[in-house]
Amino acid sequence: MLVTIVFWVLAVVAVAAGVAVFVVDSMARATYALALSFIAVGVQILLLQQSYLGVITILMMVMEMAVMAVYMVMFMGMNPALMPMDMTHGKKTAIGASSGVFGMLAAGALLIPWPERRGAPPEDLTHAIGLEIMGEKMLVMVVVGAVLVATIVSGVVLAAHRTRYDRFGDDLRRRPADDPQPGGVGR
Amino acid sequence: MSESLVTTVSAGWAVLAAIILGGLAFFAVALEAALSARAHGASGGWVAPVARTARLLRQRRRTTVAADTLLWRIGGAGLLVGAFAMVAVIPLGRWTLADLDVGVVWFNAVDVMVWALVWLAGWGANSTHSLVGGYRFLAHGLAYELPLMFALVAPAIAAGSLRVGEVAAAQEGLWFVVWMPVAFLVYLIGVTGFSVWGPFAPALSADIAGGVLSELSGVDRLVFLAGRYALLAAGAAFAVPLFLGGGAGPVLPGWAWSLVKTVAVLTVLVWLRRKLPMLRPDRFMEIGWMILLPAAVLQDLVVSLIVVGKG
Repeated sequence: MLVTIVFWVLAVVAVAAGVAVFVVDSMARATYALALSFIAVGVQILLLQQSYLGVITILMMVMEMAVMAVYMVMFMGMNPALMPMDMTHGKKTAIGASSGVFGMLAAGALLIPWPERRGAPPEDLTHAIGLEIMGEKMLVMVVVGAVLVATIVSGVVLAAHRTRYDRFGDDLRRRPADDPQPGGVGR
Repeated sequence: MSESLVTTVSAGWAVLAAIILGGLAFFAVALEAALSARAHGASGGWVAPVARTARLLRQRRRTTVAADTLLWRIGGAGLLVGAFAMVAVIPLGRWTLADLDVGVVWFNAVDVMVWALVWLAGWGANSTHSLVGGYRFLAHGLAYELPLMFALVAPAIAAGSLRVGEVAAAQEGLWFVVWMPVAFLVYLIGVTGFSVWGPFAPALSADIAGGVLSELSGVDRLVFLAGRYALLAAGAAFAVPLFLGGGAGPVLPGWAWSLVKTVAVLTVLVWLRRKLPMLRPDRFMEIGWMILLPAAVLQDLVVSLIVVGKG
């Protein structure tokens, strides 16, 4: 009973906060409305008694939103991020795509023949998740990790207009690097 | 999982936990004030925090144009709430409020919340200096958080559990601080980091008119400042089950040892503040990622090898 009430309250909070992301007129409120939505989902995972996944979801999402606050000022030109602004653009396409996806996922959730539970959950869920990720699928995880890092690095390299020749000179021997702004690591 | 090693007490005891945390935080403020008075050649100083509290309680709230009041208040009050959330998983000797099976991750999740809260407190005022302060803190956060996470991993690996009570119990005979000193050091740096305190206070420093604090006044300022000291106290308290053997010790009962060790860690942290310079966020990034992060990862490796070697 209590779990059902908590579940529905969290479900409403998650959806309402998700809607708020597009309704509010401030970047900060949109960012943290999204964080609230994710936190509600994280607590839902806690209701499934997956403590590790639930807490780690909350941890990652809050951290992500905090970092997004850095990016939103860094990449938004003349800082419209600091002014009231409309959170939507490309409305027709976006509404079409999102209602389509929502309809598909909702239909899937309602129509799929859900399997019956077989066996019982292991006693230590965190341990079981660790084995699942780090046991047989270790190779996949190692490869995925390297690919993700490579993607991030190449994304930043492509986005930055200055190359290593601008920083270290034509023979790459200039130390310290010639940077317009201080900061960064490894110098 | 084996039989629980700590007794979970009923929720009513949360009041006592809050009082203890408040007491520890007040001790830290008073000690800081006393050391400060002594450094300036004056005596006493222990009651200065009381006078300051009384003044802030009477002060009128300052308002700014187009402030985002909701986010501002959340950011301001959140630190104190976060500190209480941390204390919930810290055992006091044999007793704990919540014996979570992922207590260490819970602590980590709350300290990540601080990122959001301090930035929100900086954002809400709609004032340049306070927003600059918020971003300074995020820059520090990026530098201290990853080393801190890897430092938290070391005791968990050694104990083979994320349950705080089991981590404490695993140190029977030999405290973790003895054979993972690097992790302990990095952990303490992380604690001062998420308390926005001491070397990590440029977010609140005078060169940007107080930064995040610049527009906070009256009770809001009091709650924010109290939250910082409460976080420092909670961080010091969490070091006890993680590295200092929990409630283990001769003669005195477990709860007393937990408190004695917490006070000791807190005293060292407060005392060290006068010995250390403020760390510029961009400079500290270098220290954090080029020195502390590899050191913490190496520490984890050594701990893992020892654990595997012992079988």
